[in-house]
Amino acid sequence: MSGDPILSVDRLSMRFGGIVAVNDLSFGAERRNITALIGPNGAGKTTVFNCITGFYKPTSGAMRLTHDDGHAIRLERLNDFRISKLARVARTFQNIRLFPGMTALENLMVAQHNALMRASGLTFLGLIGAPSWRKAEQAAIDLAQTWLDRIGLLDRADDAAGNLPYGDQRRLEIARAMCTQPALLCLDEPAAGLNARESAALSELLLSIRGDHGTSILLIEHDMSVVMEISDHVVVMDHGIKIAEGTPQQIRDDPKVIAAYLGADEEEAIAVMESGT
Amino acid sequence: MSASPAAQTSRAPGAAFIFKKALISALVALVLFSLMIGVRTEAGSDGQLTYWTRFGDLAAMVAAVFGGSILVELLRQWWGPVGTVRVVPASVQSTLSFAGRLVAPVLLVFTFLVPVLFYDERYILDLGILVLTYVMLGWGLNVVVGLAGLLDLGYVAFYAVGAYSYALLATNFGLSFWVCLPLAGILAAFWGVLLGFPVLRLRGDYLAIVTLAFGEIIRLVIINWQSLTGGPNGVTGIPRPTLFGIPLTPGDDGLAAMLGIEFSTTHRIVFLFYLILALALLTNWVTIRLRRLPIGRAWEALREDEVACRALGINTTTTKLTAFATGAMFGGFAGAFFATRQGFISPESFTFHESALVLAIVVLGGMGSQLGVALAALAMIGGFELFRGLEQYRMLVFGMAMVLLMIWRPRGLIGHRAPTVFLKTNQAISSDLVKEGHG
Repeated sequence: MSGDPILSVDRLSMRFGGIVAVNDLSFGAERRNITALIGPNGAGKTTVFNCITGFYKPTSGAMRLTHDDGHAIRLERLNDFRISKLARVARTFQNIRLFPGMTALENLMVAQHNALMRASGLTFLGLIGAPSWRKAEQAAIDLAQTWLDRIGLLDRADDAAGNLPYGDQRRLEIARAMCTQPALLCLDEPAAGLNARESAALSELLLSIRGDHGTSILLIEHDMSVVMEISDHVVVMDHGIKIAEGTPQQIRDDPKVIAAYLGADEEEAIAVMESGT
Repeated sequence: MSASPAAQTSRAPGAAFIFKKALISALVALVLFSLMIGVRTEAGSDGQLTYWTRFGDLAAMVAAVFGGSILVELLRQWWGPVGTVRVVPASVQSTLSFAGRLVAPVLLVFTFLVPVLFYDERYILDLGILVLTYVMLGWGLNVVVGLAGLLDLGYVAFYAVGAYSYALLATNFGLSFWVCLPLAGILAAFWGVLLGFPVLRLRGDYLAIVTLAFGEIIRLVIINWQSLTGGPNGVTGIPRPTLFGIPLTPGDDGLAAMLGIEFSTTHRIVFLFYLILALALLTNWVTIRLRRLPIGRAWEALREDEVACRALGINTTTTKLTAFATGAMFGGFAGAFFATRQGFISPESFTFHESALVLAIVVLGGMGSQLGVALAALAMIGGFELFRGLEQYRMLVFGMAMVLLMIWRPRGLIGHRAPTVFLKTNQAISSDLVKEGHG
């Protein structure tokens, strides 16, 4: 790990009673990079996410988020909504959590809550319809519109989010997270349930988010085609510990990773690899 | 019927099924009614128990249930949902939706005209004031239950706080209604926040129970704190409202004398009518405005998914508290109005029954819908008066009407949700998608 990490996780552990979900995990995510966190089911990836985004309080360990201006924030000291508000870490969920009864546009407006709350003078300026509020609201709608356009949902802006097809909902959730103007975007299995074409579109979207907005991305994903295509750095977990780390190419050839995925011994995995090549 | 025998058999469960269902219904009726109707008990002349059997009535009742069950099942087959074929032609539908858009303005204009149309009919004016009070309470509770999705069974507490705030401030310190009105709202909002804090972590049923208890606590405190509130005797001699300092009395300084017209008690009633109408419309206006502001969207988002709200950096604690406070404030305004209208308040006016009634109005109206709540208040309060001629059957008719309404429109009179912002088309969102909230 060199250069300029936006997120550095240091000796993170999370226990639920006697179960150790994450054990002494350390890794970093580079600024303006896509870092993938992969591993077999039950490896503890989502637990790591929940610790980073404040849904769990880690048993021990430190997580430091450094903004572009050098300002560092200790994530383990903030709780739930403050991580999104102050540290600007946004996330999506493994099982999509949109606001199904609100339109796609409204979903993106809710995401801009904190900025709009300031603009509306904690509601009072908004209540009297002050011009500054109107301007801010229009700007928020414009931003939402830009994102709807980027994910190809501009035509369905006024449809209830719960009525959108699955793939659209996934993209809308990412757009919603991006509307909070995050420094770090955490995506929990964004390609789950998508077909090959949708996965390819997703890869493109994530690359453009990194390229155009300079947002760093932390990604949990099972779809290896997505991971290998877009990741700059891959961290592999199994049973709560990190078993490998490196570029996609390095990970692809790592016998430990293959062993973890195949559930086999390391020697067997090497044998499999050698017989295959 | 005969035209489509195939379709008929595919969705008709057959005679055996209907017969079996009717038999089960009859059996249940037999068990229930054998004691309720079959055996009549009474205290005899010496206090001993006398009883006699009425098997004839029982048999008639069970037979009625049996026949009725068959009839209902047959009706369901004939009129039941038939695919997605639209029975109503499109032209009629568009006319209906156009008429639907006109309901609110027409209702508003009519309400404005009520004191003119029914100037001599005190009963209708009083009823109108009562209905409008409940419309306002419904709109207030709608913020908490309909928008934020927090089930509040103790809303009457804030009504009581508002009423007692005005009553005590006015009788002890001689403050006028117009000074006390905002104070009553602020005090009620304060109690709303106070209630909000301990219940923040609770959801659904647990929240409902605690708010229910809160409503009772307020009432019991009022009953027992005799030195301040007068206990069960209540507060008497609450000043009537003035038209910005001009009293509506027959005296020389009264409004009637000032305008040079003959004094009539109806003036005060009409004034009260427009006062509560103004307060209710204020509630409505503020709520509609708030829905389009970030705080209102956050309330609705909270109802939809609290976890997602937190992930977007929304402070769910303050969001919930503002919902409680806003709803409570409107309850407080309504309470102050209630006190000044009655001139006398006692804890008896603030029982759980009131909370339940207001909640029923919100649920019946369609949670979150302003027009729905107004219609429901009209139906609940006005309709209840309408059935007065039926005497003791009034509750029965009313209960039946509510059951039928809940079968046909389970999400309330107006179940769909109107979006707060739109790009091109403002289309209503089906109630199937909108969450009810769970605490």
